[in-house]
Amino acid sequence: MGDEKAKRKEERGGTVSPARLVPPAGDESTGPLLRELVSHLRKNRTQLREEWARRITEAKLLTAMTREEIFAEATSVYDNYVEVLETGAVEALQAYARNLSERIIPRGVETDEVVGIVLLLRDVLARSLFAKYQTDFQLLNRILDAYEPAANRIANTVAVGFVQERERIIRQQQEAIRELSTPVLQVRERLLILPIIGVIDPHRARQLTEQLLRGIRTNRAKVVVIDITGVAAMDATVANHLVQTVEASRLLGAIVIVTGLSPEIAQTLVTIGVDLGKMNTVGDLQGGIEEAERLLGYKVALISEPIQPIT
Amino acid sequence: MQVPILKQGQYLIASIQAALSDQDLVQLRDALAEKVGRLRARGVIVDVTVLDVMDSFASRTLRDLAHMTRLRGAETVIVGIQPEVAFSMVQLGLTLEGVDTALDLEEGLTFLDKKTKRSTSRG
Repeated sequence: MGDEKAKRKEERGGTVSPARLVPPAGDESTGPLLRELVSHLRKNRTQLREEWARRITEAKLLTAMTREEIFAEATSVYDNYVEVLETGAVEALQAYARNLSERIIPRGVETDEVVGIVLLLRDVLARSLFAKYQTDFQLLNRILDAYEPAANRIANTVAVGFVQERERIIRQQQEAIRELSTPVLQVRERLLILPIIGVIDPHRARQLTEQLLRGIRTNRAKVVVIDITGVAAMDATVANHLVQTVEASRLLGAIVIVTGLSPEIAQTLVTIGVDLGKMNTVGDLQGGIEEAERLLGYKVALISEPIQPIT
Repeated sequence: MQVPILKQGQYLIASIQAALSDQDLVQLRDALAEKVGRLRARGVIVDVTVLDVMDSFASRTLRDLAHMTRLRGAETVIVGIQPEVAFSMVQLGLTLEGVDTALDLEEGLTFLDKKTKRSTSRG
């Protein structure tokens, strides 16, 4: 008995290894208890579910959702919860938690709310167990031994699922921002422009190069204009990287024209001793495009008076 | 693994089919230098599209090849360097100094057409 008590304390404190946290369903000692537990929870489904939904509203959790929505979600979470208690298999719950997170994150539900509702459910169920077995302390103890590790694991799974989903969204958005921040645009047949705006760190520089080289290949570009008007300063590493990009583009058969160098960047390039014979630079983007058109054999001419906008 | 060398009009086209050993590269260089004279070629295209790595030996051999054929009266253009290969070459400082490059075979042919026409009209 003393051993058992110690074990329970350990499990409550959450210091046990994950392997021991959940006895598999059908385990000799806890199996029958869990089954009893599950049938109790099934029998009182309606009442416990309502109690839980009430406590959620009381605690002012999930304020972004309507009462009906809360009740609907509560029902499916409850059923999933009981099912995991019964089978010990968290995969279905994991999938459900991901799915739920996907739906509720855009509505502004926070991590503490999700963790809060799961802990509330755990609490509601534990209280109902206390109420049912209060006469038999020994049995209550054993029921809790079976219930708590499983409940802990469920709370864990849901919280982790939610956080993972959030992280996935953040990663996705970072990726999108990165893609957007360095567009490679075709302005004429075989002419690309690459406007760079903002600070270039080595990571972004690398990505920029990759995108440009890939763009040269897919668009079969002969001339590329890199406009760095929007770059205030760059350090020697990045400047070097820019030079390397120019050389790599040459290996792919494309000529690079760099436009819009600020005085500071010009100074950096001179300081690191770039061979300016290899770098093709023009003052501004317009000049760069004109130069590129000349290289490609285009001649842009005014054919008539500019069309007046209709007023 | 020998590299097939095809004659197309005034040009020789060497299309590399698989990764090459150093010896293969040397063999390719010598074969091309020899054939340029025998077949009276005006241009040489080396297609390296399949190579996913280019070390210092390979790029030096290609550079030598370009210079050798130039001395024998033909321009060489290297075509089909992959973007990743291009960038790692530059980082290693292998910039194929003085060697012409083009995006792919088609571009290489256009380039040679222009270059040989220019030198013909000049001469």
